[in-house]
Amino acid sequence: MNSGAAISISSLFMASSLVIVSLLFSYFQKLGLEKETLISVGRAIIQLIIVGYILEYVFGQKSPVFTTLLLVFMTFNAAYNAAKRGKRIRNGLLISFVSIAIGATITLSVLLLSGAIQYEPFQIIPIGGMIISNAMIALGLCYRRLTSDFKDKREEVEAKLALGADILPASLEIIRDAIRTGMLPTIDSAKTLGIVALPGMMTGLILAGVSPVMAIRYQIMVTFMMLSTTAIASFIACYLAYRTFFNQRKQLMN
Amino acid sequence: MTLLELQNVSYQSKNKEILKNISLQIDRGDYLSIVGPSGSGKSTFLKLCAHLLSPTEGEIFFKGKDFREYSPLELRRKIAYCAQTPCLFGDTVADNLSFPYLIRKQKVDLARVEALFSSLNLNFEFMKKDVQSLSGGEKQRIVLIRTLLFKPEILLLDEVSSALDVTNTLLVEKVISSLNQTGTTVLWITHDLEQSRKYAHKLLTLDNGKIKAEEVLR
Repeated sequence: MNSGAAISISSLFMASSLVIVSLLFSYFQKLGLEKETLISVGRAIIQLIIVGYILEYVFGQKSPVFTTLLLVFMTFNAAYNAAKRGKRIRNGLLISFVSIAIGATITLSVLLLSGAIQYEPFQIIPIGGMIISNAMIALGLCYRRLTSDFKDKREEVEAKLALGADILPASLEIIRDAIRTGMLPTIDSAKTLGIVALPGMMTGLILAGVSPVMAIRYQIMVTFMMLSTTAIASFIACYLAYRTFFNQRKQLMN
Repeated sequence: MTLLELQNVSYQSKNKEILKNISLQIDRGDYLSIVGPSGSGKSTFLKLCAHLLSPTEGEIFFKGKDFREYSPLELRRKIAYCAQTPCLFGDTVADNLSFPYLIRKQKVDLARVEALFSSLNLNFEFMKKDVQSLSGGEKQRIVLIRTLLFKPEILLLDEVSSALDVTNTLLVEKVISSLNQTGTTVLWITHDLEQSRKYAHKLLTLDNGKIKAEEVLR
């Protein structure tokens, strides 16, 4: 392997033989995954090439407005995907957009104010992408949990409503469980950092020739920012979304 | 004085008509037993009265005012409801019995809790018990105590003695009857025909979502 950042096209071509290993396995084991594998590899190559050129263009643009617009676009896409996991939630897209935007803004502001990163596209875009996609996954989990719990724990919620509780105390346990569900994967992955796997960002930096000790500093920052964005976004989304399971007469809807 | 009135109430869920054109007047201090075969709409009827559901057609009035003119919380704190399946939440019995006080931002009235425990033949030590360790009959009595911590104007009971033995059923009947004598209006769904006629003033029979019979007992 090269010691620096460069990886030649010929090396990449030789590495592609690893795909053949996967194809052979699928063929001889009759897994029926050959077509799927070829499509996925094809898509990965095309998507990454496009993204590579886009990022090169974006990083070349020094305008903070352009960078901000790109962050907004990423947030919108993430919100759209998260909302698909909670189809029962009214205004799911808006709730997701607001939650992810607030989570990402607070986290990025702390990173910028502390001087950990600069408002430069080559720093803001990848870091923004990481926290926004992490928040998207967390919100998807929160919505699924909220939806299933409001269905499974209908009797409990109605018992609390019947006792004269408002919709918040009647839903508090469900909200807390949903936030927990959204945050747990991030907390679990933080627990095993460096033990089970070297995370993507750190691996990338090491491969690019940065010293492991320096790469770790970045990884610690990434862990902090993931935790904060997930917590903020899950909290806001769950507290906004739970209301949509009730009608105006504070009755649990079917 | 009419306390609760249903005017041409129908309830439809998922294109299925569960209650059809129910009209009924319930006076203050009434004791109404509700009977009828499974699926006749009895539980839906009580849920409408508890304002956990709203009629798809018709109106319900409390003290002459449409339900919709009250805040849902105000209504539910005056009209208590005990569901068919005893549902306990949290970890302990204490979690359940402190909840009604917590939502009213009040301190737990231990004397009241203790009085209700003894009237239903339960030891006060039950407060510390894990809800998972309780039997069906114990759960039913705890849920009933939870409902009665604040004296309601109307008490809606959905088969609340179905898991109780004879002795405890008699105790529950006595507690409910004495509440009725002190002014609480009672609507009690039961499958026990003897129980339905024991203390009730009126007997309402529902069948296929309609009132089949309304009988004055005493």
